[in-house]
Amino acid sequence: MANTSLLENRLIELDNVQVHFPMREGVVKAVNGVSYHVNRGEVLGVVGESGSGKSITARSIMRLLPRNAREAGGTIRFSPRPEEQIELSALGRNSRAIRKVRGNHIGMIFQEPMTALSPVHTIGTQITRTIQLHMQMDRAAARKRAAELLAKVHMPRPEQLLDAYPHQLSGGMRQRAMIALAISCNPALLIADEPTTALDVTTEAQILTLLKELQSELGMAIVFITHNFGVVADIADRVSVMYLGRIVETATVDDIFYAPKHPYTRALLRSIPRLGVDQGRRLPTIPGMVPDPFSVPQGCPFNPRCEHARRGLCDVDMPEAHSFANGQISRCHFAEDFLKEAVNV
Amino acid sequence: MVSFIVRRMLLAIPTLIFISFISFVIIQLPPGDYVTAYAAQLRNAGDYITKAQEEMMRQQLGLNDPMLVQYWRWISNIVFRGDFGFSLEWNKPVGELIWNRLGLTLAISSLSLVFTWIIAIPVGVYSATRQYSVFDYVFTIFGFLGKGIPDFLLALVLMWIGFAYLQMDVGGLISPQYENAPWTIDKVLNILSHLWVPVVVLATGGAAGLIRVMRANMLDELGKPYVETAYAQGLSERQVVWNYPVRVALNPFISTVGWSLPALFSGDVITAVVLNLPTTGPLLLQALKMQDMYLAGSFILILSVFTVIGTLISDILLAWFDPRIRFA
Repeated sequence: MANTSLLENRLIELDNVQVHFPMREGVVKAVNGVSYHVNRGEVLGVVGESGSGKSITARSIMRLLPRNAREAGGTIRFSPRPEEQIELSALGRNSRAIRKVRGNHIGMIFQEPMTALSPVHTIGTQITRTIQLHMQMDRAAARKRAAELLAKVHMPRPEQLLDAYPHQLSGGMRQRAMIALAISCNPALLIADEPTTALDVTTEAQILTLLKELQSELGMAIVFITHNFGVVADIADRVSVMYLGRIVETATVDDIFYAPKHPYTRALLRSIPRLGVDQGRRLPTIPGMVPDPFSVPQGCPFNPRCEHARRGLCDVDMPEAHSFANGQISRCHFAEDFLKEAVNV
Repeated sequence: MVSFIVRRMLLAIPTLIFISFISFVIIQLPPGDYVTAYAAQLRNAGDYITKAQEEMMRQQLGLNDPMLVQYWRWISNIVFRGDFGFSLEWNKPVGELIWNRLGLTLAISSLSLVFTWIIAIPVGVYSATRQYSVFDYVFTIFGFLGKGIPDFLLALVLMWIGFAYLQMDVGGLISPQYENAPWTIDKVLNILSHLWVPVVVLATGGAAGLIRVMRANMLDELGKPYVETAYAQGLSERQVVWNYPVRVALNPFISTVGWSLPALFSGDVITAVVLNLPTTGPLLLQALKMQDMYLAGSFILILSVFTVIGTLISDILLAWFDPRIRFA
């Protein structure tokens, strides 16, 4: 498995990745067999509620899992250039090989622009340090490139803002600086972990526009992690929906919205408020609660909350992944049934 | 930045006036005065002086004047002539007594401070980055032991080890034969062979506490998102830890470094008494016991001045070190 090579246009491929957290109360399987891939220059949206394992999956790509995490299996293969292939899952947390990937081939931006930049270093210092680490440049050249990067993310007065400290900038400006830092070495992949969650809606729209602009300009791929379907519709080419450490459905953004093939995706979409539709009616919700991580239900993890669940099947057997001709994948026993059914969202 | 420093310095002046007055009042507060203590000492020795003689002594020393007059006489001499007054007990100018011992005190205290930091910072960082590892537990045990053992007890133990097993003459700071000898390599070596005991004693106690502080600060910082950002840039663990969280975790250190200034001056009194060190600590203790008010008052005044200056230095250092304070 590890020796097979990736397809030409595959940038990264995760196969059955598992991350467990041994706790006093039992083992939490935060990531329980996640497989997805990203093609070159593609935007993959990863959607799921808090605790579904989407951030942990991203961190296992970067080899930045919390120290108490245990990697229980799976492979992650990454191909920064068509002729080069790296098996990330085999690399140690502090190995030289992964350090050449981080910040260089894979950039990462985080949820909290307030705290994700060092409070005691200037924006310029933080960016030039990354540039000097990965690109053979002297100080002056690195600083010049840092100023160009700030201009590229549309920061006003980039020359002056190089010497600004994060606390002197607004939230949106900090996230722009964070993006400049993440793309400073022209990465092939950008992992964006809820980059707009902490921002207000106007700033969120600006940051999304910026990311799309940079993506088409630099040709990088993006893994965009969010819990917001609206954001996904705006930016993603394909979407993976996660629930309790598993990917339940993957499809192109159009198929996810107009032909979802998993009850969880369908229920999520129904619970999004829409302008002008059924005003005055209660918004449908998903019954029940997300189970606590120590007692994940038998069979399909979604079965206690699922309106299609059938006793004796869904609460016994874990459904296989059903692939469709259009590339859509759904982990549901009844995935085929949704093919005929009209979407009542 | 300049206006910040000037403003802080101007604010320090009324603080110092107030402190000097309070310290003088405090020394005067206990019942009795130097003459009472002196008479008691004579009685203990089987000697005695009459009430009239006591009264005459008070008259001569100006102890019957109102407190404000005594205070003014004392402080105006210090400010205008650098004269700290006369030690009633030692029959010497206070200035001479203090300055004679100051060099040695500063040498021991700053050496132990440097050792404290050299031990505490790397160990604290290690303990935090390898939390719950074997060595973290070892350092934790060392930390609590070091914090729990009184300094003077450790001093006694070390003296005993030095004397019984290493055949060293460990009390005091210099062997009698070198006392009045000119400065030679041998004399320096002799002093160094005495110096390690107080330095180890003082550094152990200090480092034990600082390791815990550094560890806690580091654990706070290591979990913050900017550390993960630094890792995500491709920096190695060492580069990340020493460039980012340590920089921030040092701030509480810096904000208290000024307080070590008065500590440097007074040294550790009990340890110095036990080790028979000719530092300023035992002098202060003796002055307080004898109500030798000009000596004790000068001590407290100098300590207060050092505290105020130390705080000022800390504030300036912190503003220089932490941009969030500089630009706030």
